[in-house]
Amino acid sequence: MSRVIHKFTTRVPTWRPHITPIDLDNATPAQQEALKETPSNTKISDYVLVLAHDPESLRIRTSLFNGIMYDKGGLSRDERELGAVAASVVNRCIYCAAVHAQRYNHIVGDEKVMQDIFLRGKEADLVPRVRAILKFAMRLSECPPNVTQSDIQGLREVGLDDQEILDLTLSTTLFGWANRLMHTLGEPVSNT
Amino acid sequence: MMTHVIEKAANVPATGPLADALAMRGKLMDLTQASYEAALLPGDEGQVPAIVRAALACRMARICQQAGLSRHYADLLQGYGSDADPYQLAEPGTKPPESDKRLGAMVAYVDLVTQSPRDATKEDIQALMQAGIEEADIVRLAGLVAFVNYQLRVTAVLSVMGETS
Repeated sequence: MSRVIHKFTTRVPTWRPHITPIDLDNATPAQQEALKETPSNTKISDYVLVLAHDPESLRIRTSLFNGIMYDKGGLSRDERELGAVAASVVNRCIYCAAVHAQRYNHIVGDEKVMQDIFLRGKEADLVPRVRAILKFAMRLSECPPNVTQSDIQGLREVGLDDQEILDLTLSTTLFGWANRLMHTLGEPVSNT
Repeated sequence: MMTHVIEKAANVPATGPLADALAMRGKLMDLTQASYEAALLPGDEGQVPAIVRAALACRMARICQQAGLSRHYADLLQGYGSDADPYQLAEPGTKPPESDKRLGAMVAYVDLVTQSPRDATKEDIQALMQAGIEEADIVRLAGLVAFVNYQLRVTAVLSVMGETS
């Protein structure tokens, strides 16, 4: 019997839904249309099949997700993943944190930053730019969200321009959205 | 651009570096607006009526102390008429009568997943099911809460950035 995972990890767990995924063979035309594109162009997962209960939202959300994480220009790919991880740590979405920490590690070719963030959160020992991005994204993910002129100033001081701040905001808040689906509609379990 | 709910609620300037940054992500801001329409004004609302969605969105905006969107959702709700929100669910802390188990369970989910999503467990989804809410409607409700929490935070950042640019 697989067990539920409560600790942060970069080993991507299995996601076990609390809601019955739709049956692909009996999908309505609207559901089939919404399933044509998938997040990060991965295979159709149980997660996507659960969200397909609301095809109107899913169809738009997948395009938005892929655009925020992959569209060219502005904030670098690794720093978008950092925003995603920061939100997932605050919201304790073990599954999202694992997937996006792994993507971050793959891009930067190092595992130290994510190890430290998982262990110490905001207190992690990081270079100033990474630290500032993490702090901003974690404060933004709290409830109520914390964002003031000095939070924006903190990002400007480490070199982020308006475009990068907007892109970081979008990737961070997109994961506030994803975490609230993934962490409530199912749970991460060990793979064996 | 100002036909978009977020940019209007955040009162972003029409020119300058922030306006340029938003223009570069114009497709994403259009998709964000389309997501708003799918969550608040859906073609197929299921058993989660648009009026209830507006009241719950207003409640979330007020929990998150987001002035621009609190106003937007209060206006949206008012547009549905003076009886649109009989239990004042748009006001944080209120509850529907005990007899309305479906609505009570929905409000409990909205409050938990807005304020402390990290504490949500399987039992919280089971509570919705036990109140008689169908699976497709649970997904619709979760989608609404998740989207509005995204929208509130984007608006919060744009409001602060817009003040100085």
